Amino acid sequence: MTETTDLGTPPPGHLSEGLDARLVVDRGAFRLDVTLAAAPGDVVALLGPNGAGKTTALRALSGLIPLTSGHLLLDGTRLDGTAPESRPVGVVFQDYLLFPHLTALDNVAFGPRCRGAGKAEARAQATEWLDRMGLADHAGAKPRRLSGGQAQRVALARALATRPRLLLLDEPLAALDARTRLEVRAQLRRHLAEFEAVAVLVTHDPLDAMVLADRLVVVEDGRVVQEGTPSDIARHPRTDYIARLVGLNLYKGRAEGHTVRLDTGPGITTTEELSGPVFVAFPPGAVTLYRDRPTGSSARNLWHCEVAGLETHGDQIRADLTGELPLTADLTTVAAAELDLHPGAPVWAAVKATQTHAYPA
Amino acid sequence: MTRSAHRTRRMLQVAGVSAAALLTLSACSSTATRSDQGSSSSSKLSGTITVFAAASLEESFEVLGKTFEKQHPGTKVTFNFGGSDSLAAGITGGAPADVFAAASTKTMAIVTDEGDAAGTPATFVRNRLEIATLPGNPDRISSLKDLTRPGLKVVLCDRTVPCGAAAEKALAAGGLKLTPVSYEQDVKSALTKVELKEADAAVVYRTDVRAAGDKVEGVEFPESAEAVNDYPIARLKNAPDPETAKAFIALVRSAEGQKVLSGAGFLKP
Amino acid sequence: MTDTLESRPRRDRHRGRSRVVPIPLLAPALIGLAFLLLPLIALLVRAPWRSLPEQLTSAEVWEALRLSLVCATAATGLSLVVGVPLAWLLARTCFPGRGFVRALVTLPLVLPPVVGGVALLLAFGRNGVVGQWLDSWFGITLPFTTTGVILAETFVAMPFLVISVEGTLRAADPRYEEAATTLGASRFTAFRRVTLPLIAPGVAAGAVLAWARALGEFGATITFAGNFPGRTQTMPLAVYLALQNDPAAAIALSLVLLAVSIAVLAALRDRWMTAS
Repeated sequence: MTETTDLGTPPPGHLSEGLDARLVVDRGAFRLDVTLAAAPGDVVALLGPNGAGKTTALRALSGLIPLTSGHLLLDGTRLDGTAPESRPVGVVFQDYLLFPHLTALDNVAFGPRCRGAGKAEARAQATEWLDRMGLADHAGAKPRRLSGGQAQRVALARALATRPRLLLLDEPLAALDARTRLEVRAQLRRHLAEFEAVAVLVTHDPLDAMVLADRLVVVEDGRVVQEGTPSDIARHPRTDYIARLVGLNLYKGRAEGHTVRLDTGPGITTTEELSGPVFVAFPPGAVTLYRDRPTGSSARNLWHCEVAGLETHGDQIRADLTGELPLTADLTTVAAAELDLHPGAPVWAAVKATQTHAYPA
Repeated sequence: MTRSAHRTRRMLQVAGVSAAALLTLSACSSTATRSDQGSSSSSKLSGTITVFAAASLEESFEVLGKTFEKQHPGTKVTFNFGGSDSLAAGITGGAPADVFAAASTKTMAIVTDEGDAAGTPATFVRNRLEIATLPGNPDRISSLKDLTRPGLKVVLCDRTVPCGAAAEKALAAGGLKLTPVSYEQDVKSALTKVELKEADAAVVYRTDVRAAGDKVEGVEFPESAEAVNDYPIARLKNAPDPETAKAFIALVRSAEGQKVLSGAGFLKP
Repeated sequence: MTDTLESRPRRDRHRGRSRVVPIPLLAPALIGLAFLLLPLIALLVRAPWRSLPEQLTSAEVWEALRLSLVCATAATGLSLVVGVPLAWLLARTCFPGRGFVRALVTLPLVLPPVVGGVALLLAFGRNGVVGQWLDSWFGITLPFTTTGVILAETFVAMPFLVISVEGTLRAADPRYEEAATTLGASRFTAFRRVTLPLIAPGVAAGAVLAWARALGEFGATITFAGNFPGRTQTMPLAVYLALQNDPAAAIALSLVLLAVSIAVLAALRDRWMTAS
């Protein structure tokens, strides 16, 4: 940390409470540069594809790797020169990393012990935390005897037992199977809602992010590409990655009235009247497919495409189309059969203007 | 046992002969050599002999081995130097050797008691003990009694090895009691301790002091006369090449051999 | 009776491991086993059983045995105190020339022990590189002392421990140390309370190896510390010297050493190794 150059001056009027950070980490060819701010009680999700730098950001926040530059303020206190063991930061690791040789109770008591509590005191605190997590019966169990969900709660209790001012969760649900995940997600949501300081969680699962977090920060290639509330991001994705995550077809272009001229390809007619650079999005379900050019259709948006691929998606078929406008379309199995869809089949894709959504870029 | 040894010898002879014939097309066979007993005409000896010899003989025997090979072209002398006891144990255990030169009559007795020697062993040199001190003799050691001075670090050989037994005898003769810092496993390691200046003095053989050159200084003491080591040499019963073995022993005992040995510090028998 | 009950699940577990042993594995395995065991069996066959009780009542034998056990245990302790941190340094930190240092650590493994003993003399002897200062400043001389025996044994045995522990450390997940750090543990506390318990089986295995090596140590010990009954004469030295003129006694002494080491290793195995 002593060699850190240009720690940057915190922006004027920074929050005296909560998190205020600009994390810059250089790792060879990869550079992480994200700005994060959150008030106490906020739950922020760092969402992004694998390799986007989410975990690097988390490790930088916890102090496990040093910042190349930037700053890290927590409740007005500068942390970027502080050793990880001295930061008021708790971490729930992806595979929990519960100490296998210690019981659940001693795992949770580990933090308070290291932070100066006596043995009895630390154990009393740990018992209380396990109680709160509904794990009183498992206090004496070694981690290998715990189920995935229980282990996750012990890991959360262990992180919370140090009373951190910043709680970090790395893919908190990734290690769980689908069934446990549903249940643990709900519990975690409750615990995070009760947590009075800042929580930052890292995930590549949009559902986890949207259920657990008040605010999403989408990171791609080491940069923040979009941030906002879950519903805002779901409705107005700004990158292909987010659009895919939330299941929308997304295009960028210039609006002139009700027409958006795409950067590449044809125009799309929208209901919104805008001008300048915009995004246009519509869900795959809004697309209607025809084998022959429809004559009586009221749709203003009609493109000639070709089926590139088909896959089942829930109880529907999702068709990947290329051609005039690359897009995905959802249709029922019956409709797919009637249309005799197969890769390479030419189709016409129609979208009603009312089903599209345009917003300034 | 004997029969199989004979058979082995016969086979070795055959093999040796055919190898020699193949290599040199020489008409001379080892059987012919054997019939030519007692001949000083050395050119008719051939074959390889293996000599088991006490470690203290290494330098002189290497020289004598070269001399022998020069005098008898076609012969080869290989040596196995080591502690006399381990060599004796090797011989009674069936190690292939033609000649055994021991550093004590006691170790030679191990071999003769087992009936492995041919004829009576002959003493060819004697060795006396000497005190090895640091170069320049800084502790001014002049007698065996001086070694009992407190504060002096003395190493002896363990009494299970000849030099240790001899030292014990010499001390007893002088009526002395000496507590060393270590009973070393052999004479060389006792000497090494002085060479490395870890010990102030060691009781070793004259020949070892001589071999160490200026790394140690020798001090003679009268009690050593009570513990003179006889070095016996004997041909072994299972020697594949008795004539060559005999000739080697003759060289060792000859005036020429004695010159080399006394140069190394050995005394005449 | 309880034995059969307890051994049943164990036997089941064994059966589950492998039912068919391929001949290309079985044959060399049996040859290897025979090669290791035959010399020991020969020792038993040729042992002077009748004179054994007499040999074993000799005070010198017990003195040598006691010294062997004390020195091997002390050497193992010393190896643990400095060897485990050294292994940690090699496994967990990055510094220039680390590969070279690791090679140096294993050097005593390939060095003939007698050479090791001479090297120790040159370093710690009365006239040695370090030893002359120990002598003139503190009046400490190491050759010909029991401490010298312990040092010689440590020199030869510690690499076994370091290599074993380093391997275990490399296999252990370093993120546990990170997790401990985020909970407020200093790096040393993390090592002591998290890493050390995690690698305990590897440390135990390394310690047992080192102890066994130290117990059998001969060359470096006799070269560095000499041979004096009760002070520096350990069992291997006694065995070697007995071999000079009384092979029967040497075999008897070897049997004592063997029996004691097998007893100790078996006891340790039950207590430590099965846990892993």
